Amino acid sequence: MTMPKEKLLRAYRQMKTIREFEERAHVEIMNGQIPGFTHLYTGQEANAVGVCEHLDEQDTIISTHRGHGHCIAKGADVIGMMKELFGSSEGLCKGKGGSMHVADIEKGILGANGIVAGGPPISVGSALAAKIRDNGRVAVSFSGDGSVNQGTCFEAMNLAVVLKVPAIFVIENNYYSEHTNISYAVGCDDLKARTEAFGFPVFVADGCDFFSVYEAAGKAINHARSGNGPAGLFAEQGRFHGHFVGDPQYYRAEGELDDLRENSDCLKVFRNKTTATGEVSHEELDAIDADVLALIDEAVAAAKAAPRPTAEQVVEDVYVNYGNA
Amino acid sequence: MPVKTMRDAINEALHQAMAEDDSVFVIGEDVAGCNGSQGEVGSVGGVFGVTGGLYKAFGPNRCIDTPISESAIVGAAAGAALVGMRPVAEIMFADFIGVCMDQIVNQMGKFRYMFGGKSTCPAVIRFASGGGFSAASQHSQAMYQILTAFPGLKVVVPSNAYDAKGLLLQAIKDDDPVMFFEPKALYQEACEVPDEMYTIPFGQAAYLREGDDCTVVAFGQMVPRAAAAIDALEAEGISCDLIDPRTTSPLDEGAILESVEATGRLVVVDETPPRCSLTADIAALAADKAFHALKAPIKQVCAPHSPTPFSPELEAEYIPSAEKIIAAIKATLA
Repeated sequence: MTMPKEKLLRAYRQMKTIREFEERAHVEIMNGQIPGFTHLYTGQEANAVGVCEHLDEQDTIISTHRGHGHCIAKGADVIGMMKELFGSSEGLCKGKGGSMHVADIEKGILGANGIVAGGPPISVGSALAAKIRDNGRVAVSFSGDGSVNQGTCFEAMNLAVVLKVPAIFVIENNYYSEHTNISYAVGCDDLKARTEAFGFPVFVADGCDFFSVYEAAGKAINHARSGNGPAGLFAEQGRFHGHFVGDPQYYRAEGELDDLRENSDCLKVFRNKTTATGEVSHEELDAIDADVLALIDEAVAAAKAAPRPTAEQVVEDVYVNYGNA
Repeated sequence: MPVKTMRDAINEALHQAMAEDDSVFVIGEDVAGCNGSQGEVGSVGGVFGVTGGLYKAFGPNRCIDTPISESAIVGAAAGAALVGMRPVAEIMFADFIGVCMDQIVNQMGKFRYMFGGKSTCPAVIRFASGGGFSAASQHSQAMYQILTAFPGLKVVVPSNAYDAKGLLLQAIKDDDPVMFFEPKALYQEACEVPDEMYTIPFGQAAYLREGDDCTVVAFGQMVPRAAAAIDALEAEGISCDLIDPRTTSPLDEGAILESVEATGRLVVVDETPPRCSLTADIAALAADKAFHALKAPIKQVCAPHSPTPFSPELEAEYIPSAEKIIAAIKATLA
């Protein structure tokens, strides 16, 4: 697949931004600077970027508890997100949502979501709105291998087929539902066949290769955008961290994490491929690395200096208007 | 003024709202009916007939039948509302909140707060609620008291056809998610309902009777029953205020407290079991904010702490009767 250089560099910048955002968030969590539960996406960056590079601002995504990568890939403000993780009132969600609820409706980000498979039904609603208005938009739901065993996921997939709406179900298999392997939790041998039995095509990608994800996502999104109803995308790629920050990861095989970082790192794969063909130089990618590190430094510094919420803000933003009662 | 049943008043409100605003659509199980069958599509109009005619008037893109998938129905409404539509979803029986609670409570009810006030979710979910049909334990619950507990949701319980039309039109225009409970025992009850569109603001109780001796607060299908009880007591020289809050969230606390201040007595009536109920909630409100005015213990008239029974004799015992309301009012005066 050939891509314009500008797009190549943009894709790399997006993946690198996610990587550094996550790795720095990890440091700040371990330092006690970021409160709450945080689930890191490190390692899976090619999935989010390979999908979102096909989307316009008006297309929507909905994400998961492991949502930072999807939000950055769809255009969320990185500094606003970091402030949100720190719990500042200047955060993207005014410190009300935190890591698990980052959202930016204006940019088509219908939210990270703390409930496994909470997102797919909502995404079908966004796709239904696109169908009713006939505006050519699509709705992508990202969810993990854990989500495919939730009833809401089944309901959403079936309803999307019945109503023939432009919904794309992106299933990211990172092998573990929390601490339980997919080989235990999915009762059948062929999850792709089980999903396709709902009545839509599922395209498969190598989740550590941006180009593989980009190509498969393009097919799924084109299928949906062309009025053919929903489509699926499966991408396999392990996460570099635990389910949550602090997870002892007893489920990992010896050497599994080292192997993932060594042999299944989408940034390395991207760099090797694009520099080997001569499309991009190491110097150009190094320059992006430096830019991104500077941006993340700026984001963390801004988050640490940002104002904290005040007591009266607890009850703000519950309703648009609760009347005089 | 024309007389209409609550069913027809709600149906008229849906027709008018959909004609006025093309972002309004209805979605649910059999809201059109007969899709994929030999029958004529649209001939059902919901299991209670409330959405009749909408398919014929507005077509398949705006009167949308779904599989039996309550989580997907509520989720689809939530997602469509997040991107600017005004869906009106129907959950056939309020009891089925049990299978779509996450999408109501954790999703649509919390979007705005979790997203820092940067989203709106102007969805309406309609539920047929309450007992009186020998529909037994899984098709008879009121359920509105449960959703009242969740910040982010507005909860509406009309007690007559006039209020049902005006409150539903307000619900559809409202920018927050609104849970609209239709007491199914009242669908056939009729009163005067204007043909034109009108709205009733949320958080404003209706004063249905005025009296000096006791304040009676009742919800949904208990409102006409409480009115009958109060009317029967008139012959004995007992007069009561009757307050129908109409919305349980927001709640018109001022109307209730003002009345209790004046009468010094309070009876609260609802068809739900007593624990964590609206009757307990209103009693706590009065105890907290009008204790000094109370001349007698507050009385709660409600169902017992049991599931709703099937047999008509058992259900008649279960749901508060006018006689029980009369006894409670008299007890406050004893």
